[in-house]
Amino acid sequence: MTNWVVPTVQTIHILAIAVVVSSVLMIDLRLIGLFWADRPLSQVSSRFLPLVWWPLLVLLATGAIMIIAEPARSLKNPAFQLKMSVLLAALAVTGLFQFLQRRNRAFGDLRYGSRATAAAVAIVSMLLWSAIVFAGRWIAYYA
Amino acid sequence: MDVDRTLGWLQATPVATTISENENLFPWIESVHVLAIVLVVGTISIVDLRLLGVASLDRPVRRLMGDVLPLTWGAFAVAAITGSLMFSSDAVHYAHNFFFRGKLILLALAGINMAVFHLAGIGDVARWSETGATPVAAKTAAAVSLLTWIAVVAFGRGIGFTMH
Repeated sequence: MTNWVVPTVQTIHILAIAVVVSSVLMIDLRLIGLFWADRPLSQVSSRFLPLVWWPLLVLLATGAIMIIAEPARSLKNPAFQLKMSVLLAALAVTGLFQFLQRRNRAFGDLRYGSRATAAAVAIVSMLLWSAIVFAGRWIAYYA
Repeated sequence: MDVDRTLGWLQATPVATTISENENLFPWIESVHVLAIVLVVGTISIVDLRLLGVASLDRPVRRLMGDVLPLTWGAFAVAAITGSLMFSSDAVHYAHNFFFRGKLILLALAGINMAVFHLAGIGDVARWSETGATPVAAKTAAAVSLLTWIAVVAFGRGIGFTMH
């Protein structure tokens, strides 16, 4: 493998993570009420939720290339296993958020109830996505 | 060289030696650095894409910048602190690394671009923020910003592959 391929693919991977994590942050801060409090949650999520889901395809493709290019960073790496487990949890929380929002249109409405649930979903989401970034960096140190 | 002597002093300071001698400290600092840079690049892209007329067009530019840029600055402060800590642990080598030097130049370029945007009146959005259309100068600044930050990430990864 030419020696510029891996750093280039990693750069694309990090840029896609930047899109996902920042989009998650926008939604989460809105759920807590710290951000864009003057906008309905539905507007914030219709702007940013697609940017959580679609870049996952890029992450999957670049992630697969990294595993193939560097077999040491294989499926047996504990940091990689942790990253995938936390990713599943983060996607479940994102799905839960979408479900809650679809079921109850007032979800995330800062004037009415369900604020505690919304804030809890947001905090768990932020912690999980941060853990994914951390675990991703640690893969290199278990190789 | 005098600079190297200063850098040698820096990497001998207690903070620097603690990082270089502790196996786990560097990856933890690096993880925080990556999380911070990811938020810098992601949030500044929201502003850049608005200026380019690609996204968030229903939001006035000034409002969007007021909302998003404090997050960008907060994340940048964390990235700068963690980056300085990593640099201190092996200062002489970093200072001679091609990608590290390139990254500093790119950061300076991003800073100059931002200063021009705000100080030369390009960012004087009062005239155009409500209409949604942005002048060519603002679009240029946004494009330079996007490309510069993408390059910062690429050069940062380049440091990782040439230092170890």
